[in-house]
Amino acid sequence: MTTATIEPTDGRGPRVRALDLAQRYGVYAALAVLLAVATSLDTQFLSGSNLRVQLFQTAPTLLVSLGMALVIGTEGVDLSVGATIALAASIIPLYLGYGPVLAIGLALLMGAVAGLLGGAMVAFAGVQPIVATLALMIGLRGVAELLNGDAAKPVLDATVLGLGENTLLGVPVMAWIAAAVTLAVGFTVRRTTFGRQLVAVGDNKRASLLAGLPVQRILVTVYVVSGVLAALAGVLIVGHGAEADPANQGLDMELNAITAVVVGGTPLTGGRVRVLGTVAGALFMQLATAVLIQHNVPASTTQIVEAALICLAVYASRDRGTR
Amino acid sequence: MSLRTTAHAASAPAPRPHADLRETPRERWIRRAERRGPLIVLVLVCGIATAASPSFASWSDISTILGGNAFVWLLALGMTFVITTGGIDLSVGSLYALGGVLAARGASTGGWASILLPLAVCAAWGAVQGLLIAYGRMAPFIVTLAGLLGARGLLQALTDQGSTTYLVPQGSWFLRLGAGTWVPVGIVAVLFLAGWVLMERTGYGANLTAIGGNENSAVLLGLPVARTKVLVYLLSGTLAGAAGALGGARLGSGVTTVGVGYELTAIASVVIGGTLLTGGYGTIGGTVCGVLLLAVIHQLIDRYLSQYGSAMTNAVDGGFLALVVLAQAALERSRRR
Repeated sequence: MTTATIEPTDGRGPRVRALDLAQRYGVYAALAVLLAVATSLDTQFLSGSNLRVQLFQTAPTLLVSLGMALVIGTEGVDLSVGATIALAASIIPLYLGYGPVLAIGLALLMGAVAGLLGGAMVAFAGVQPIVATLALMIGLRGVAELLNGDAAKPVLDATVLGLGENTLLGVPVMAWIAAAVTLAVGFTVRRTTFGRQLVAVGDNKRASLLAGLPVQRILVTVYVVSGVLAALAGVLIVGHGAEADPANQGLDMELNAITAVVVGGTPLTGGRVRVLGTVAGALFMQLATAVLIQHNVPASTTQIVEAALICLAVYASRDRGTR
Repeated sequence: MSLRTTAHAASAPAPRPHADLRETPRERWIRRAERRGPLIVLVLVCGIATAASPSFASWSDISTILGGNAFVWLLALGMTFVITTGGIDLSVGSLYALGGVLAARGASTGGWASILLPLAVCAAWGAVQGLLIAYGRMAPFIVTLAGLLGARGLLQALTDQGSTTYLVPQGSWFLRLGAGTWVPVGIVAVLFLAGWVLMERTGYGANLTAIGGNENSAVLLGLPVARTKVLVYLLSGTLAGAAGALGGARLGSGVTTVGVGYELTAIASVVIGGTLLTGGYGTIGGTVCGVLLLAVIHQLIDRYLSQYGSAMTNAVDGGFLALVVLAQAALERSRRR
């Protein structure tokens, strides 16, 4: 991240610097500890078949989290991703009759439209991101259910199922897709003008505006990307489950994605995007849940542990600059 | 990082020259539209509904609109305080469900335990969230999100993953609190009146608004910002617990699956009622209008579009919320222009 961030040299104490390090690298340490504990409890944990299962579970969350990381980087948040997943899922069975490519394409297009709605409300109307996307979160799931009817519909198309269930070289196809998107997002953030402008907007919107950056265009783009990635995740989820269930698919996804991003060291206050940290965060949350479930820890305890983890991560990432 | 300190000051509207301090007619209209908007829309919707179908305002409709929503009312009341400070409380739906289970569980000890147990636990839960937000300086969104997950987890643990259902004993006077329309509505009305007094007639209410308007200024003015914020989350948690207890009294048992998404309904009601999500302006009367408006719309959907069920309700709620926040943002901009 050397190109996009300014390292703290403003004479802050060693404690603050230690907290910064913890925020930045803590997730990798936590992931290592988790893997060590998991393998010592269960020697099969690092086996190929188990890791493959975990990758199937993590890939959609990771896709959504990468979009969310960009949005959070601009000091925004996208609560509508779970509903966008439902919307994409509802499109698939509707248009499968015209071929899988068109159905998937339309699903992604709907994701873009959803992102455009949220982005336009944030960028042009000046609505707070949390409110704009909250409205979408409520509304889009309703639209998805209206499109799809009450019951879950089976999806038995080979292309869609292939995306969700096949493996390539022993690794799930959807994990390859997630890896490719990770590379693309990482490259964009670190090596392109757009990435630097995005980070600048998140750090100080006013200054970016005065510096002549196309702030509105950047904001809209970020939400559109988030919407498309959520829709892609929706397609993969439909393929993996072989059904489209807009009432239940994507529920709580916004929470999981925000958690992965924040655990990965991206501060909610914007101005920084940690792409690899987001990957580690998504893996950590998935593996932690898997370990707890595999050792028969009740779901309630899992939830409480997750809540504590979120608090810890956010406590480490809170903005100490305003003190 | 140090640049961030200036971000707040920079995003505030530029100060106007002194000669301009009096309200222009246009500004007066904007202010009126903001304050009276929810009421006007409510009257319009009710008017159109009654004109379209003379049977609309029947007793059963009114009873559903008032009694059926008694629980959401209390969540929205607490949320109004929280949002006025510029915060948000996502935990209320979970606390509502937790309160219901605790009320049913306490009922085996007696009616009073049914009331005190949920209130005490939910108040404590809210207070912890408030402490983390006010003294830990963590984002309300995240803290209460963790609260949402944690309270659900606690609820699942209490009920052995939902397999145990606590029943309120048949003879308990506690059941009467939730029976019919008038008792719950009366309780809600008294609490709203108290809320109105707190917001409009006490220093605490003024502090809430001041903190939401500009927290740094509130600190510089010497207002007890941290204490006020802790109290506001405590209040919201307590009201959610009270809503849960009322729900438990109405259903006669602690149902674990309720309350999911209620925080969204509460937030939507508050925002539709004209309270600014950015903080600094909130009214109890507006929230009354907001809750009523959503309830009337839901009733209309139930009546005319029932074949689409909750899907249509969600779609309309979302669209309506989007319209309202767009209108708020537009009014805010035209005021600054």
